[in-house]
Amino acid sequence: MGYSTDGTCEMTNFSLAATRRWKLACRYGLASLLLVFFVFPIYWLFIISFKTPDEIFHFPPVWYPKSFQFANYAVLFKDGDAVSVLNSLILAGVSTVIAMIFGTMCAYSLVRFKTGGEDFAVWVISQRLMPPIAIIFPIFLLYVYLGWVDSYGGLIILYTAFNLPYVIWMMRGYIEDIPLELEESALVDGCSRWAVLWKVVFPMARTGLFATAVFTFVFAWNEFIFALVLTRTEVVTYTVQVTHYFGGQSNFWAKIAAMSALGTVPVFITVSLLQRFLVRGISMGAVKG
Amino acid sequence: MTSASPFVLSVIARHPSGRMPDHNFRYWIIAPSVFLLLLIGLFPLIYSLVVSFQQITMTDYDTSFAGLTNYAQLFDDARLWQSIAHTLIITIIALPVELVFGLAMAHLFLERMPGRQIFISLIVLPTVISPVVAGATWRLLFDQRYGPINQVIGWFAGHEVVMLWNITPHLVYPAILICEIWQWTPFMFLILLAALSNVDKSLTEAAELDGAGFWRIFFKIVLPAIWPVMAIAILIRGVDLFRIFDVIWALTSGGPGTMTETISIYTYVQGFQQFESSYTAAIAFLIVGLMSVIVIWAIRRMGLAK
Repeated sequence: MGYSTDGTCEMTNFSLAATRRWKLACRYGLASLLLVFFVFPIYWLFIISFKTPDEIFHFPPVWYPKSFQFANYAVLFKDGDAVSVLNSLILAGVSTVIAMIFGTMCAYSLVRFKTGGEDFAVWVISQRLMPPIAIIFPIFLLYVYLGWVDSYGGLIILYTAFNLPYVIWMMRGYIEDIPLELEESALVDGCSRWAVLWKVVFPMARTGLFATAVFTFVFAWNEFIFALVLTRTEVVTYTVQVTHYFGGQSNFWAKIAAMSALGTVPVFITVSLLQRFLVRGISMGAVKG
Repeated sequence: MTSASPFVLSVIARHPSGRMPDHNFRYWIIAPSVFLLLLIGLFPLIYSLVVSFQQITMTDYDTSFAGLTNYAQLFDDARLWQSIAHTLIITIIALPVELVFGLAMAHLFLERMPGRQIFISLIVLPTVISPVVAGATWRLLFDQRYGPINQVIGWFAGHEVVMLWNITPHLVYPAILICEIWQWTPFMFLILLAALSNVDKSLTEAAELDGAGFWRIFFKIVLPAIWPVMAIAILIRGVDLFRIFDVIWALTSGGPGTMTETISIYTYVQGFQQFESSYTAAIAFLIVGLMSVIVIWAIRRMGLAK
C-alpha cells in the first residue's frame, strides 16, 4: 500500500532497494493468495467435468484427474441436454440484436433531442434496478393468458425489454462522444433523419455498440429467474438445465460441472477479448476507461 | 423502415441551443423502447395492483373486489418479514465486505508490477459467471465428503471434519456469504481500481511531501475523488443484493426450512409453488413500490441521470 513508491529520502540506496524488493515480494505473495481464492473454485468446476465418476466420488478429493476424458460432455450431447446451450444462444443472441437496435435509437433521441428530459432517463435506468421477481409474476400470468410460456418469442421479448435500460444507458454515453458536426453535414447534404441514424450514428458508435452488445448478451446468457419461471421443456436455457441436476438425495456432479463449463467458457472467451471495455461495461458507464 | 423525411431543411435553421426543432422523428425512434419498457415497467405494477385486490389462490378464482385483505395479511406474515430480514442481513454483511476487500485489493494492484494484467484478468473471472453456476460451483466445493473445502479445513484441524455447509443452521449463512463475496468482490475491485487509477497523482504526492499519512491522504484526497464512482458501484451491488435469488437457489433453495429464504425466494415460493396469486401480487407491489422510491431517490441523489 502507499500512494508513491519511495517516500523516504534518507535511506541509503542499498536498504531502499532491499525494502522495495521485500515489498514487491509481499505484493506477489498476497496477489497469489487472492488468485488462489478467486480462481480455484473455477478450476474445481472445470476439473470435475473431466473426471471419471470414481475420481469425482473419491475420498479424499482428487485434486487433478489422471487423464482428461470427455465422457461427461459426450453424455450431455447424447441425451440432448446440450440443446439448452443452443437455446441460451438463440434467446440471448436475438434479444441482444433487437435491444441494441431499439435501445440505440432511443438513446439517440435522448442525447440529441433531450426527449423526455431527465425524468425519462431516471425512469429508464430505474427499470434496470427493479427486482426481477416482482416483474416476473404479473408477466407470468400475462404469458399464461397469451400462451407464450415456454416459447422463444415470449422470452426474447422479455429479455429484450429487461436489457433495454442497460443498452439505452450505455449507448447514451457512447453517442454523446460522437461529434455533432458529422450529423449536421450529413443533413445538409440531404440525408434523411433515418439515413443519418443508420449511416452516421450507428457506424460512428460501432465500438460502443459492440462492447454494449457483448455485455447485453452476457447478461441475457447468464439470466436465470425469468428462464426458470417461463420455460418448461422447449426453450430451457443452460442455467435452468444446471439446476435440474440437483436432487434431494444425489446430485449429478459430472453433469452439473460439464453443463456449467459449457455455459461458462463462451463468457470467459468473450470477456477476455473485451478486457478494455470491462470496467465501463459493468459499472454502467460510471467509469469511462 | 421508412425513409421519408419532411424535415431535412428545418434542421439547417437549427435552434441556437443545439436542439433540433423536429417533433416526429424523436418520438418515432423511442416508440419501440417505450413500448417494451412499459411492458416490464408499468404493466406489472398495474396488474399486481389489480390482482392484489382480488382473491385468486390455487383453489379459488375469485376476482371480486377483496379490499385490503391481502395487504392486511402482509403485516401478519412472519415469514415475509423474516425473509426481508434475511435479505437485509446478507446485504448488510456482504456489501461492506465486498467494498473494503475490493478497495484493499485495488490498492494492492494499483502500482505497476510484472504480470499485473494477468492477475487482474484471472481475478475478475468470477464476476462474469452466471450466479446460478457460481452457486452450483460452491455447492460442489462445500460438499461434506467429496468437496475440497472440508478437506483443507481437515488439514488445519489435524483430523477429518464433517461440516454440512448447506444444511447446518450456523453454516448456511457463511456459505452463502462466501459465495457471494467470492463472486462480487472482483466487481468492486475492478471498478475501484479504475477509479483509483484516475486519482490525480500530483495531489497525493504533494500531500505525502507535506507529511500526511496514508489514512489522512485516503480520507482527504482519494476518497472524495473516487466517491462518485464508488457510490454507483455500491448502488448497483446494493440493489443486486436486495434481489438475490440465483445463488441461494443453487446453494440452499432457501433451506434448511425457511432459514435462508430471501424476499425473492419467498415471493417465488408463494407465487409459483403455493400459487397464492393475489397475495403474491400484493408482495410484488410492495417490493416494486419500495424499490422504486429507494432507487429513484438514490439515482437523483447521486446525479446519475444528468
